[in-house]
Amino acid sequence: MNIKSQKDFFSGLMFTAVGIAFAWGASGYTIGNGARMGPGYFPLVLGVLLAVLGAVITFKALVVETIDGERIGSFAWRPLVFIIAANLVFGAALGGLPSIGLPPMGLIVGIFALTFIASNAGEEFNFKEVTILAIILAVLSYAAFILLLNLQFPVWPAFIKA
Amino acid sequence: MELFDNLALGFGVAFTLQNLMYAFIGCLLGTLIGVLPGIGPLATIAMLLPATYALPPVAALIMLAGIYYGAQYGGSTTAILVNLPGESSSVVTVIDGYQMARQGRAGPALAAAGLGSFFAGCVGTLILAAFAAPLTELAFKFGPAEYFSLMILGLIGAVVLASGSLLKAVAMIVLGLLLGMVGTDVNSGVARFSFDVPELTDGIGFIVIAMGVFGYGEIISNLSKHESERQVFTASVTGLMPTKEDFRNMVPAVLRGTALGSLLGILPGGGAVMAAFAAYTLEKKTKLRPGEVPFGKGNIRGVAAPEAANNAGSQTSFIPLLTLGIPPNAVMALMVGAMTIHNIQPGPQVMTNNPELFWGLIASMWIGNLMLVILNLPLIGIWIKLLSVPYRWLFPSIVLFCAIGVYSTNNNTFDIWMVAIFGVIGYLFIKLGAEPAPLLLGFILGPMMEEYLRRALLLSRGDWSVFVTRPLSASLLAASAVLLAIVLMPSVKAKREEAFVED
Repeated sequence: MNIKSQKDFFSGLMFTAVGIAFAWGASGYTIGNGARMGPGYFPLVLGVLLAVLGAVITFKALVVETIDGERIGSFAWRPLVFIIAANLVFGAALGGLPSIGLPPMGLIVGIFALTFIASNAGEEFNFKEVTILAIILAVLSYAAFILLLNLQFPVWPAFIKA
Repeated sequence: MELFDNLALGFGVAFTLQNLMYAFIGCLLGTLIGVLPGIGPLATIAMLLPATYALPPVAALIMLAGIYYGAQYGGSTTAILVNLPGESSSVVTVIDGYQMARQGRAGPALAAAGLGSFFAGCVGTLILAAFAAPLTELAFKFGPAEYFSLMILGLIGAVVLASGSLLKAVAMIVLGLLLGMVGTDVNSGVARFSFDVPELTDGIGFIVIAMGVFGYGEIISNLSKHESERQVFTASVTGLMPTKEDFRNMVPAVLRGTALGSLLGILPGGGAVMAAFAAYTLEKKTKLRPGEVPFGKGNIRGVAAPEAANNAGSQTSFIPLLTLGIPPNAVMALMVGAMTIHNIQPGPQVMTNNPELFWGLIASMWIGNLMLVILNLPLIGIWIKLLSVPYRWLFPSIVLFCAIGVYSTNNNTFDIWMVAIFGVIGYLFIKLGAEPAPLLLGFILGPMMEEYLRRALLLSRGDWSVFVTRPLSASLLAASAVLLAIVLMPSVKAKREEAFVED
């Protein structure tokens, strides 16, 4: 049997899997009945519904013809990895990672780290340009979020403040 | 006249120097960010929402309304100038607007969009002020069964608006409803699907999902395309104002667009996209005047009508939110979030308990519209320059603003980890051709739907027929069925695909 639409086939599988997972999780809570619904009632119904919808989508993907096969295409790993990594490093810089003994480095360090890592996601990386961008963003963010909006951020590394 | 008393009260609240300033800042920020390719009103509001936390409630909502209009107009600007619809409702504007820009008539196109929007906004405000009160009385007749049926109608409306496969849109809604289940169950206190993570017992943050799925997912997807796919025609923008001939064509189109938009905006789930699409279709059906440019080749009516409809629709879509507390679309869902943060439970009681807020907001919407015209007509030249910022500088800035925005909602790094997860999920959705907008609507409505279903069935002792025996509830369900049938009809389906093909 041929997959007529790759996108639908795999999204159907995803819906089914997630639906089953939610339904299975919901069955662990009190279900109750219509008149007295337990915490598991609504999620169970929805989970089963999602699983069924997913199965129908998967089935249709095997049967209904499409023009180009609706291929998913290759994943853009480079932007995916660098954007998500930039975000994670920024979080680590703001909050620190107590589990490995990393102290909070603050907003400014975080902005530089994020800008440099995220810029790798594009097609070109120009060190000088990225440095200038990071400085501009750091100054703007400091002015906008700390001075103007008065948001509570750790701005500088914890050990400097102490 | 009560209407004028109310409007006077509203303008009294809104016309303080402070609030005017917030409206102005909101419009400015909204336009500035909304004009960036790929960032629509939803992402803009999500990003700027934390900035309004510190403000008093009225000022915060006024600023958010400003941001909303600014972002929406900004999206139209990119649609006209660079063939990039910044948001789904400006998809239609692209067709004739971009053609006008290529002929060096970007100025008249932008002016037509701005003036059309302003007129539609004025009419929308009046409708909102006149009909909000009677609709609120209707809202008091709503029991749990009616609310549940209304939400079904809203969710079906969301399906109608999704561009791809209907089934997938339904599945995304259900997925959103399920994600909304995460967190503590209000009735039993059981922490559902929280995996013993304390932060998850409060549920997943809406901003986390919005930013991850829309912000990061879009950026990753954009970066995978080659740079040469984007073009800007900054040099060819000449002449700002439309000619006399343009005005003669524009005015009736704007009137028709406004009427259609105001009507469709009231329906939950209808919203601005449907309005813009319907208005363009209507214009195409009317006869061309002798010597007029055909549609698709740069006809000014093709810009003015959908833009007017879009703005009128977004104005009247505040009605279901303010009177029934039901968000008609994802942007309004964010506004609900903003209201709850300021301890305002949206719904019919806002109008009676908090008239300053209610009428102040309505007045500030009109001010927001006025600000837009004042701000944008002279500044069109600058917006064009902003568009020439290379994407390689733009996207790290967007990632940064998303991260800062998410962190500042709770001052907790947990939200940053969550947004990373949803960024990956968002990219996966794009790859699988599953649209995230219905998911967001489902996510917001999930807990509410469960609560109303529970209450309705508790009152009827578990009898499901309560949804069809109560007349209001039954008619809402019937409307949902009709809506679904219309979508399933092949002719509409084909047109829908045609209209959304560029989305």
